[in-house]
Amino acid sequence: MAQVSVQDTVLTGIPGEPRLIGGRCPDCGNHVFPMQKDCPKCTGDRIEQVELSTKGVLWTWTIQGFPPKSPPYIGETDPENFEAYGVGYVELPGEVKVEARLTENDPTRLRVGMEMELTVVPLAIDEEGNEVVTFAFQPSDNN
Amino acid sequence: MHDVAIVGIGMHEFGRHDGVTGMDQGVIAVRRALADAGAQWEDLEFAFGGSKDAGSPDTMVSRLGLTGLQFINVHNGCATGGSALISSYNAIRSGTFEIGIALGFDKHERGAFRVRTRGDNLEWYGESGMALTTQFFGMKINRYMHDYGITQNTLARVSTKAFRNGALNPMAWRRKPFSEEEVLESTMLSYPLTQYMFCSPGEGGVALVLVRADRAKEFTDNPVYLKSCVVKSRRFGSFEVFSPHLSNEFSEGPTVDASKAAFEMAGIGPDEIDLAQLQDTESGAEVMHMAENGFCEHGEQEAMIQNGETEIDGKFPVNTDGGCLANGEPIGASGLRQVYENVLQLRGDAGERQVPNDPQTAYTHVYGAPGISGVTILSK
Ligand SMILES: [Zn+2]
Repeated sequence: MAQVSVQDTVLTGIPGEPRLIGGRCPDCGNHVFPMQKDCPKCTGDRIEQVELSTKGVLWTWTIQGFPPKSPPYIGETDPENFEAYGVGYVELPGEVKVEARLTENDPTRLRVGMEMELTVVPLAIDEEGNEVVTFAFQPSDNN
Repeated sequence: MHDVAIVGIGMHEFGRHDGVTGMDQGVIAVRRALADAGAQWEDLEFAFGGSKDAGSPDTMVSRLGLTGLQFINVHNGCATGGSALISSYNAIRSGTFEIGIALGFDKHERGAFRVRTRGDNLEWYGESGMALTTQFFGMKINRYMHDYGITQNTLARVSTKAFRNGALNPMAWRRKPFSEEEVLESTMLSYPLTQYMFCSPGEGGVALVLVRADRAKEFTDNPVYLKSCVVKSRRFGSFEVFSPHLSNEFSEGPTVDASKAAFEMAGIGPDEIDLAQLQDTESGAEVMHMAENGFCEHGEQEAMIQNGETEIDGKFPVNTDGGCLANGEPIGASGLRQVYENVLQLRGDAGERQVPNDPQTAYTHVYGAPGISGVTILSK
């Protein structure tokens, strides 16, 4: 089964080498995610597209305990089969904090400051039989 | 600049009211506010009305009277009610008008706040299982608990206080007290927040009759003065709802900015406030907003709440009417509900939930999407 990105202008390198596409302002150095031309820091409009770092540290997190509404959510919403999932902000050093799914959903195994790395999680199967994935961070082996 | 007084308050019960439109609730609130002020609809020179989901407020003139008054609709996210009030305040302060009304009402579907996605190429954000307000609140308080040592039991105590106060408030939606165990054992919606730690979208209406202060005694022996009224949006670096990214730089949010500006305008400090209504979309928000509004240092809330200082008979009562937790959050009316409660408290008319010792000053604070805060300071 082929893997496809939920949005290839945000998550690229699928399958195999996921990267997040953000932006960097040449005027003030501010980073944004996803890409936008306008800079909310210096009010300029010349932000350039960059691939963001794949490693960072967990800044905060929660566990999504109930199925989100569909639409917009395209993952599992049947309460019988729904599995709680983690969501957090991962701070990419020198760039931004990115909001992302987490592969871990056990509160006892998540802590602020732990090292994380980019991966993907499956969301759904599309009409052509592809597996749609979105980006996620997993605890890295260094923890 | 003229001083501004509140001389009439009216409210339609908060909750769910099948067969009663949001507009009906707004009209009832207006009629009650006029009766409270002893004023007539035709006395009013202006109205600012707010509603997010229940129609255009200005159409109520066809029910209240086609008097030709200036009626402006206000639509400003979670600060819709607060924005109607600040617009009214400025209309009188500037000398343009002498008497008018600020009103708000709403009626939301169940679960209306659960998911919102923006257009603008952000479909993937909701599709991926993010973009939920509940996640933002869970993440903000989780980091705060880590940084400042707030416990989950303290979050539960905020909820039990809200429902206890709500039980004393005939206008409140949820009037049944819960135990700490019931709060902690209810469904975990977004760790560390359980179901009974969250408010729900609801229904209701509130209206406030405002006059230039020198005319207040024509309407009441008990005027309450609006000493300040401020709305602020977010600055770069603040942590807000619906943010696919946050800056690594930190700046304090719009609540801190609005609070500082309101205290400066009123010429008093946080230690001179006798009671406060603070945005409690969930119980962690009340905890964080105590510090963001300047009423304590970060982390001091743990001991304050455990010691009962924010109870009605405590040193610093917070959310005496049960807050959003017990009243629900009809967006157009929510910020005005806080002012309504403070007027009752300052008049000494809050009945079973009256704050003792004749309070002289009271504070309100709303916060919401997309990073907006409104603050008022009232005094006798
Ligand atoms: Zn810039």
